[in-house]
Formats: sequence, C-alpha cells, structure tokens
Amino acid sequence: MSGVELKARRDGIMLGPVGLPWRPRVLAATAVVAVVAALVFAGGIAAGSSGLSLPDVLAALAGVADSATSFIVTELRLPRAAAGAAVGACLGLAGALTQTFSRNPLATPDILGVTSGAAAGAVAAIVLGGGGYSVGASLLGFGIPVVAAVGGLVAAGLAYGLAWRGGVDSYRIILIGIGLTASLGGLTSYLLVRAQLTQASAASQWLVGSLSGISWASVWPMLAVLGCAVPVLITQAAGLTLGQLGDEFSVSLGLAVQRHRLIVIGVAVLLTAAAVSAAGPVGFIAFVAPQLAQRLAGTARPPLVASALTGAVVVLAADVLARSLLPGEIPVGIITAVIGAPYLIWLLIRRKDVR
Amino acid sequence: MLAAVASLMLGSNLISAGQVVHALIDSAADLDAIVWGSRVPRTVLGIVVGFALGVAGAVMQGQTRNPLADPGIFGVSAGASLAVVVGVYVLRVNSPLVTSALALVGAVVASVVVFAIATAGRGLASPVPLAIAGTAVSALLGAITSFLVLTDQTTLAAYRIWVVGSLSGRNLDGTAAMVCLVAVGLVLAGLNAGSLNNLALGTELARGLGESLWRARLVGLAAITFLTAGAVSLAGPIGFIGLTAPHLARALVGGDHRRLLPASGLVGVLALLGADVIGRLIGGQAEVAVGVVLATLGGVVFVVIVRRAKLVAL
Repeated sequence: MSGVELKARRDGIMLGPVGLPWRPRVLAATAVVAVVAALVFAGGIAAGSSGLSLPDVLAALAGVADSATSFIVTELRLPRAAAGAAVGACLGLAGALTQTFSRNPLATPDILGVTSGAAAGAVAAIVLGGGGYSVGASLLGFGIPVVAAVGGLVAAGLAYGLAWRGGVDSYRIILIGIGLTASLGGLTSYLLVRAQLTQASAASQWLVGSLSGISWASVWPMLAVLGCAVPVLITQAAGLTLGQLGDEFSVSLGLAVQRHRLIVIGVAVLLTAAAVSAAGPVGFIAFVAPQLAQRLAGTARPPLVASALTGAVVVLAADVLARSLLPGEIPVGIITAVIGAPYLIWLLIRRKDVR
Repeated sequence: MLAAVASLMLGSNLISAGQVVHALIDSAADLDAIVWGSRVPRTVLGIVVGFALGVAGAVMQGQTRNPLADPGIFGVSAGASLAVVVGVYVLRVNSPLVTSALALVGAVVASVVVFAIATAGRGLASPVPLAIAGTAVSALLGAITSFLVLTDQTTLAAYRIWVVGSLSGRNLDGTAAMVCLVAVGLVLAGLNAGSLNNLALGTELARGLGESLWRARLVGLAAITFLTAGAVSLAGPIGFIGLTAPHLARALVGGDHRRLLPASGLVGVLALLGADVIGRLIGGQAEVAVGVVLATLGGVVFVVIVRRAKLVAL
C-alpha cells in the first residue's frame, strides 16, 4: 500500500495528507454541474450546420461511423467542443482563485494584468503586423496566440513585481493591477483608433473572444495547464479557506501567506494566459462562473471544481447557441454574457439571503 | 488652477499667458477665436467632467465598499454606449447633440434597472449584490453593443471614436443642461457624505447610528447616476478617473468622505486636464484622445503612486 488511505467520516474525507470537509450540497451541486457539462459537451458536438444525432456522435467517437461523419466529429466538432470546455474551465477556475484570494467578488484575473497584457500584445501584432492578408494569415494565426500568451505573462509578472514590498499585499496588487490594466487598455485603444478599419475590425473580433477555427494545437496547452493546476490547488485548498480570515489570522494559524499567495496567483495567471491565447479574452466567464457556482453550492467562497465546470457549461452552451440558433457566426465572447448575466440576475433576485 | 491655465495656453498653437488674458478680456484680439472658440469650452468641460467623475467614483466606492468599484459598474457607461450604438445602427445618428441625449437616456435607464435588481434581492443591506448586479447588467449591455458593432462597419467606425472619450469637438451649446445635471449630482453627493461615513462602519453599525439604509443608498446612487450620466454624455465614457481618483484622494486626505469627495473631484480635474493637454501636445495636429492618454499615462502614474504611498484601505 502506498500509504494513501481513503477514509469517509461524518465530518470530512481524508485522502492521504489532504482533508476535505464533507458537504453534501457542494458535492451535489458539483455532480449536477458535471452532468450538465457532459450533456452540453455532447450536444455541442451534435449541433451545427450538418445535424448529427447523438448515436452518430457516439459511433464516430468509437470509430465505427462512416468516414464523413467521423471526419466532422473528430476533426471539426470535437476540437471545438474540447476547446470550449477547456477555455471555460480555465477561466472559471482562475476567476474562483482570484475572487477567493482577494476576497472580492469583482476581482477577475483581468485585474492581475494578464488579460490586458495579452490583448495589447495581440492587437499590436494584428495592427502593426499588417493585418491578416499582407503578412500571411497562417503566420499570424500561429503568431497571435504566442504573442498573447507572452504579453499576458509579462504583464502579470510586472503586476506582481510592482506590488512587491517585502511581500505582496492582496489590496495593493489589486490597485497595481487597475493601473496596469488601464495603461495597457489605453495602448490597445490607441492602436485601434490609429489602425485601418479592416485591421481595427479584425482586432475587435479577437478582443471579444471566439472559438471559430480553433484546433487541437491550442487545446493541448490549456489541458496541460489544467492538469498541472489541479494537484497544486489540492495542496492549497486549506490555505484558501484560511485566507478568508485575513492575513494576520492566516499567519497565526500557520499559513505561509506569501508562498501560498504566489502559488495561487501564479496558477490563476497561467490558466488565464492559456485560455486567452487560445480563444481571445472571452469576457465575463471568470466573473460569472464562480458567482453562479457559489450560489448553487451555497458556500462562503467560490467552490473550485464547481466553478471550473460551470465555466465549461457556460462557454459550451454559448458556443452551441452561436452556431445553431443565430444567423451568421457570432463570437462566443458575446453570447457568454447573454447566457450568464440573466441567470446570475435571476439568482440575485430569487435568493433573499444573498451574501 | 495651474492645470486650467495650462489648458488654455497649450495646444497645437502655443499661446502665452499674457495673450490668453488679453484675449479673455478684449474680444477684438486675433487669438480670440482660438481661446474662446476652442480652449475655453474645452477647459470648462474638462473641469466639469473630471470633477463629476472623481466625486462619482468616491461615492461609488463608499457605497459598495469595494476598491474595484467604478461608476461604470453601475451600468451607466454600458447603458450610454448601447444607446449611442443603437442610435447609429438604427437611425444613423451623427449629430453630437443627439448622441449626448441618447447617452443620457441609456445611462439613466441602465442604472434604474440595476437598482431594481439589487433591491429585489434585499440588496440594500449588503453592498455586494449591488456590485454584482451592476457588473452583470453591464456585461449584458456590453455584449449587445459588441454584437451591433461587429455586424456593422459604419457603427464600428462611429463607436470606436466615441468610446475612447474626448473633450474635443464639443461646443458649449446644449451642455448647460448636462452641467445642471452634474450640479444636482454634486448636491446629492454632498448630502450623502455623512451617510457614507456611517456606511463605512458596516451596515449593522450604520443602522445602529440611526442611518436609514434606503435613504442613504437612494441618495448615493442618484448622485452617481446624475454625475456619471452627465459626464458620459458630455465627453463619452472616460473610464479611468472614477476608479483611480478616489484611491489617490484617500491616500492624500484619508477616509473621511466629507473631505474625500471634494479631494477626489479635484484629483479628477487635474488628471483629466493634464491628460487632455498632453494629448494635444504629443499628437501635433492629429491629437490623441484624452481617454487614451488618461489610461496609458494615468495608469503608469497610478502604479508609481500606489507603490510608494501608504495605502488607506476602504
């Protein structure tokens, strides 16, 4: 035996060194969201201009369908659905982390500078790079994700470094992030105003976020980051709960606050950078998914797994809606707000005991 | 004061201080056209808009007790943007006056909706639902705006100029109404200052001190709506001031809202006029819009100040 023992007790679950409190409602909410995510995922593969039935999809995934169906499913629909789920999960999880460590429901990974850095990088590449036609669309298509990821990581590193004064205070890093985001945003809008209209249009398209034309090449980085994030976060879960009491309490209860904060911020930034470089800054997910998950699970802070799954549901549902119901193809970044905002508003109105 | 004088003097044509005074007094002078026709309206506009946004931001952060709250999260800017975009998309509006009116209507409607949602869920007792409802509504309106902008090139062309915010190309006709709106907002904000100090102690304690939550919230939110709607319809959605001026003012004068509100307004004026002057100077004939300069340079200045200053938390 490896020394890992699984003990279910009335007050908690012990899994080796990791303990989780036993909360039926959180587990139930997470399970429900997971089932919904799976359904929307399958529906997302089935829906589209050439309608497929669910059995067709399953047959294609099992490798026993005719070649046309199997091409549509594995080459076109599956990467897109996987990308939608991964983008949603990355942003939902990053949002939950940011809202938790800053103890502020309005805090999204954007305030760490990562989104605005990625946007400034990508828009600069589109506008200064001469647009999609003169340089060559394939080069640009390869270049923009890389430029965006680098821009996002540099900006986030800058925010963290500038906020450092013998340790990073979660209030100060928020304010630094505001300033940095404003600067980079100003730069981005300057580029947009100065650009020719076609380039401005292309850049605006990128800035709302879209899943169209996404391939496996941009899905793998997100899955890799998600795969690394989950084990790291399991070790930080207790710290996230303790952190809700404030720095003084956390320190006196034995939490290495600075190391914990660096890990949490680092994971959130990596998740966001991966998602943004793949699909552009798909807005609103990082804000709405944790808020929805928190209300569904009835917890005091956003539950991590449920937030990631909720993010995946919202992005997948938005993508299905964009492809099947509406004329033309509307970028998914627009529909996410149309799906997420009314639901959150409804939860706000319905629940009388909102925190 | 200095910023105002500089704003009158500097531009693509440099005018000395003496000539400015001369032109202000003697209407026959050559430079009269530039000074009265362009610089004075622009400076006045900068003062009004900067002060309004600074005060509105301070009220907003006091109401929500959230350092990330700017007047925009109350749906005002998003509502104004949507109204302007719909105006261009449906009616092909291009007169500045109609655009201002549309922005005003959109701003007021959006803020009423946000307030209704927050109160429906017993939102007055806690500042959190208000902020969340505002963010959700803003996102929804923003999504519709982006949809319209992306589907129509004419709308994109008009929108991308309007959305960065600018003090140029406006004249003083029709601004009187907006200035009155801002004035009403300022009075309401002044009345709200005491309540904000009580709210800073937490809602339970504020209620214990005899504060009527309904009145405190309603006056504060009305002040924010009037101030922001006036500013947005005058100069477009200038985002940065409402968020950052209160933080700088809090570092200067502390957390007492009776001093914080005017200080935040003055910081706003300074930032806006400064950014406008810099935008005129660095751009040459094709000047850079004030919203862009404000965000780009203001962001850097803000980071430097936040790094150095001892922070006064909300």
